[in-house]
Amino acid sequence: MTLSDIVRQLELKVHAGRGGLDRPVAGAYIGDLMSDVMAHGRKDDLWITIQIHPNVVAVAVLKDLAGVIITNGREPSEDTVRQSEEQRLPLLGTSLGAFELSGRLHQLGLRGAR
Amino acid sequence: MEEDLCYRQEYSLKGGEFARAGEVSRRIKDLLKELGLDVQVVRRAAIASFEAEMNVIMYAFQGTVRLAVTPADVTIIVDDHGPGIPDIELAMTEGYSTATREMRELGFGAGMGLPNIKRNADVFRIVSEPGRGTRLEMTFARDGRPS
Repeated sequence: MTLSDIVRQLELKVHAGRGGLDRPVAGAYIGDLMSDVMAHGRKDDLWITIQIHPNVVAVAVLKDLAGVIITNGREPSEDTVRQSEEQRLPLLGTSLGAFELSGRLHQLGLRGAR
Repeated sequence: MEEDLCYRQEYSLKGGEFARAGEVSRRIKDLLKELGLDVQVVRRAAIASFEAEMNVIMYAFQGTVRLAVTPADVTIIVDDHGPGIPDIELAMTEGYSTATREMRELGFGAGMGLPNIKRNADVFRIVSEPGRGTRLEMTFARDGRPS
């Protein structure tokens, strides 16, 4: 499954990093604590969070995550959008909450455990 | 002669510079990748250097990150001028944090930073002088973890 499949099926907003949408997604992780995601996120994971500041980009790039989905319709800060573009990190958005979004990702066949 | 081979790089950090947070660890990660290091070693070094970088940005006035890559290992030394850590054992406790409310709202202050560094480094040393600063020294063996 690629990010663009997910974007299309769940009608996600693309805030930045459109160039990275053909990237395959292996799983997903939910977290709003940076150290938690640093410890438990895995390469090619999709990261689901409500955080919108630029440190999100740093963590996602350092962990080689496939992309980030910001939930609850929150808008990323300007810095976050700019850095995502620079790093070609797909930064996506949805009006759904993390629970509902995860359910739908599961229905698409995405799993957290690998 | 081989022990003398060493690639060195130095970076500086400023306390409070949240907008550039993660930049030094990203540069370290890219450099280690370019040097062709094992992906697991790069991954562990990236996690540990990010946590160390964030600690300087959140708590100290300024800091220096020194990276040394030899044929055997990667060493990262982070020195800061800052308040220091009065009780290192307490600071190493998972879940313990002195982060402010603002830092917590940004998703920091989970009390996982120092434990994350310890878990990912093969050798981890921390020395601190309250009122002056802290030094973190982490080493990563290039051929995986020593037994």
